[in-house]
Amino acid sequence: MAEIDTSGGGKKKGPGVKKGKKLSTRIDLTPMVDLGFLLITFFIFTTTMSKPKTMEINMPVDIKDTTTKAKDYCTMTILLSQQHRVYYYVGLADDPMHPPKVEVTYFQNRNGIRDAIIQHKKNVDEEKMNGMPGHIPTDKPVILIKPDINSQYEDMVNILDEMKINDMPIYAMIDITPVDQGYIKATEEANAGGPK
Amino acid sequence: MPKHKLPRKSTHIDMTAMCDVAFLLLTFFMLATKFKPDEPVVVKTPSSISDIVIPDNSILLTVDPSGKVFFDYDNKKAKAILIEKVNTEKQLNLTEAEKESFKRGASFGLPFNQMKAYLSIDPINQKSYPFTGIPIDTTYTPALNELAYWVQSARIAGQETGHPPRICIKCDAGTAYPKVKDVIKTLTKNDILRFNLVTTLEAIPDGTAAAVEHAEKEKAASQNKPATH
Repeated sequence: MAEIDTSGGGKKKGPGVKKGKKLSTRIDLTPMVDLGFLLITFFIFTTTMSKPKTMEINMPVDIKDTTTKAKDYCTMTILLSQQHRVYYYVGLADDPMHPPKVEVTYFQNRNGIRDAIIQHKKNVDEEKMNGMPGHIPTDKPVILIKPDINSQYEDMVNILDEMKINDMPIYAMIDITPVDQGYIKATEEANAGGPK
Repeated sequence: MPKHKLPRKSTHIDMTAMCDVAFLLLTFFMLATKFKPDEPVVVKTPSSISDIVIPDNSILLTVDPSGKVFFDYDNKKAKAILIEKVNTEKQLNLTEAEKESFKRGASFGLPFNQMKAYLSIDPINQKSYPFTGIPIDTTYTPALNELAYWVQSARIAGQETGHPPRICIKCDAGTAYPKVKDVIKTLTKNDILRFNLVTTLEAIPDGTAAAVEHAEKEKAASQNKPATH
């Protein structure tokens, strides 16, 4: 491989002729290998394989605009709370006499917020065709995301990701209102007091 | 019975093949990877299914778990314009060497009054500077909100070099939402409504709308290939 054949096919020299000592051209490559692996280790630790990935986000220009346009039955509000809890209800909840039915769930693959979003989408698709006043076939489901002050950034990214996973056309991230915070509190109290 | 002598074998192993492999791997790593950017804080980003690659020449706002905001801009040309502008407008009295240090420097998170002290120290020690984060004022106007000022000025500087920057927020998964909201509000109040959030890639869950869409896209791509051939 690396050594060169120096034996030569030449004729034998006479007895009086001094022979130059044959030096082996075989080089010990071990230090070279060491160096190579050292550099590999260095490159592995100091570099990154790929550029980081990002998700795009569009913030609403005017918040009032989205809420007034949305119809009661199309709208689903998702509240993000502490310990990765997710509260959600359908409807605009603009009537204080009839508070919406608030449900609580988590970011899980089964029976989590994803199933609730899929169900909501299905409900809107069915209800828009039923001919009730105000129901137009072009209605689209709308989701309002309101992260509470004790939620984490991870929750926000997760819920935006759910929008993408479930292909939601219209959603907006807006500030939480004291009314919504009241809903969270009421639900928490009801769950704590009720049978566990 | 006569003892059978085993021929002594040399314990030398030919390292040539090993050497070849080592250098092949080395070449691969040198060409396929990119140096990690210097970051003053370790941030663990949340995961999403989005696979948009981080755009070139972007302003990177890093938010650490305690809510400190760091600013970075990967366009060196624009950074040079930016520091000139900041120096004159905020009267920082920076020397040429300090401006150079800013241009080459990594992510930083400091109020204006500490910029000179930070830039005057050796670049090796800059990383261990006690960062306090860029202050965010709740008026969100560039005049008072330092983050808004940095972003606004960097956008102008980027515009001058011909590459308007995109803004990316790299935030730790465990950061409290109000801290993130402050950063987002700073952007939205200054008419930046589209920006990117840095996330790590995760697999698309099966059976969802996104999974169906992804499968269709792949199918279309595989069908298109022979057609363009």
